Amino acid sequence: MKLLSREALLSFRRAPLLSALSITTIAFSLFTVGLFGLVAVNLRQALRGLEERVEIVAFVLRGTPSETIAVASQDISAFPEVKDVNYVSEEEALQRARTELVEFRDAYRDLQVNPLPASIEIRMKEGYRDAASVDRVAQRLKGFGFIEDVRYGREWVQKLDSLRNITGLVGLVIGMAFAAVAVVIIGVTIRLTILQRAREISIMRLVGATNWFIRGPFLLEGALKGLLGGLLSVVLCYAGYILFRDKSGGTLSGLVFFRPEHMALIVVFGVLLGLCGSLVSVGPSPRGRCLSASWASTSIPSGLRLSSTSIGAAVWRTNRSSRMGRASAL
Amino acid sequence: MIRFNNVYKAYPNGALALKDVTFHVSKGEFVFLTGHSGAGKSTIMKLLFAEQKPSAGEVRVSGYNVSTLKADDVPRLRRRLGVVFQDFRLLEDRTAAENIAFALEVTGARTDTIAARVMRVLTQVGLSAKSRAYPRELSGGEQQRVAIARALVNDPAILLADEPTGNLDERATRGVFQLLRDINAGGTVVVMATHDLDLVRQTSYRIIEMRDGSLVFDSEVDEPAAEAK
Repeated sequence: MKLLSREALLSFRRAPLLSALSITTIAFSLFTVGLFGLVAVNLRQALRGLEERVEIVAFVLRGTPSETIAVASQDISAFPEVKDVNYVSEEEALQRARTELVEFRDAYRDLQVNPLPASIEIRMKEGYRDAASVDRVAQRLKGFGFIEDVRYGREWVQKLDSLRNITGLVGLVIGMAFAAVAVVIIGVTIRLTILQRAREISIMRLVGATNWFIRGPFLLEGALKGLLGGLLSVVLCYAGYILFRDKSGGTLSGLVFFRPEHMALIVVFGVLLGLCGSLVSVGPSPRGRCLSASWASTSIPSGLRLSSTSIGAAVWRTNRSSRMGRASAL
Repeated sequence: MIRFNNVYKAYPNGALALKDVTFHVSKGEFVFLTGHSGAGKSTIMKLLFAEQKPSAGEVRVSGYNVSTLKADDVPRLRRRLGVVFQDFRLLEDRTAAENIAFALEVTGARTDTIAARVMRVLTQVGLSAKSRAYPRELSGGEQQRVAIARALVNDPAILLADEPTGNLDERATRGVFQLLRDINAGGTVVVMATHDLDLVRQTSYRIIEMRDGSLVFDSEVDEPAAEAK
């Protein structure tokens, strides 16, 4: 392991420019993925804000006893999709209208009879704020006899659904495309290193290095480059985030950056990319496989011995004569 | 130690590099493999250290059957061989000692024994004073000695030398050749491919001559009677 790390680190020292280029390339590839991720995170944050507003309002028939509403509210709270339930009495509804609808304040003040019905406001749990879940809960609410009407802005929730789906799909496709580009780039840079070290690899083979011994340093090198590239890309993303946030003049002050686990994910992703790139470049075996040629045994010609015309034979005979001459002289 | 039985080697383009080559090398022998360029000397060398497999026939080296050798066993065979080339094949960014130590490290040798073993072979090849020199700081002959030391450090049973003096001047050639003879005198089989007939003439070692992929002369097989006289 010590030797493995030494060889991997040695390659950084031997080719500092190529290593720096590899790390920078990985960092910029991951930076592009990271920037896209940052956009996705902020878009998701914005969507979450919108989703918070997904609410079902069930209007209650006049004269419904408050006990009935209280029991029903408890039942509704037990729905798996429901986050919380809030009962708004007729008086509270009027009070709200007076506060929120300022332009009609006078009209509401002069009313002899409160025209606003009592209602139950239901907020959905995260993960159930899609059209299908909201519709399902709405249908269930309609089953209560004292519910006069249920409103939840069907079209708005459906649009939110589409937006979420499109964002997810585009994110997945572009993210994968960037990741694929990063793998190719990392693969190419590792391949360059291998080509640069072809001589060393051939010597390693020659002296009996095992397949894993040859591959190990390259895999470790790829992982290290991925790690450094990943860390650098997080720094670049942060710099980009700060720049963008500050240049926006406060309009984008609500932008969020990656959480620590997201940053760790980018770095781990970098390491995995580095490993994949190395694996792709090194292949299943960096060792020169034994060449096997096709051979038709039936066409094997018989060997020819040409000892009578051989240069070797002549040399041998000369050597023999000189030896014999030396022997007879003695 | 080495057995070639009716060995053929064909390349994908159909060219025959070896045609029905048969020879055996016993313990302690020094064998010259001679012939012109393209005669098949290097192919025999490649088969010997399992860089290639024969297309037909059997190649046995130090107990391993190269014809059926699995990829995982190739390193095991090579650790029992020492291989030296015309172009030395040293790592330029490592010192002489580091080049030799590298051959031990890749085989997983105990680290506390490496320095002593490296110094032993460097002394054997007469370069103990230049252990810290980089290949560029050494002459051709010295570089070849480092390569030989690297080949020797794993105590191989067989030393394969493919044109080891091809890049050397006469003086360095004599030195390297003498070193190979000394190694052989210690009991190691030496197979030396060369087309330097002057070198071959200097000794009475066995000669195997190749021509166009065929073995055309083997002094042990073709001239034993004459030698006996």
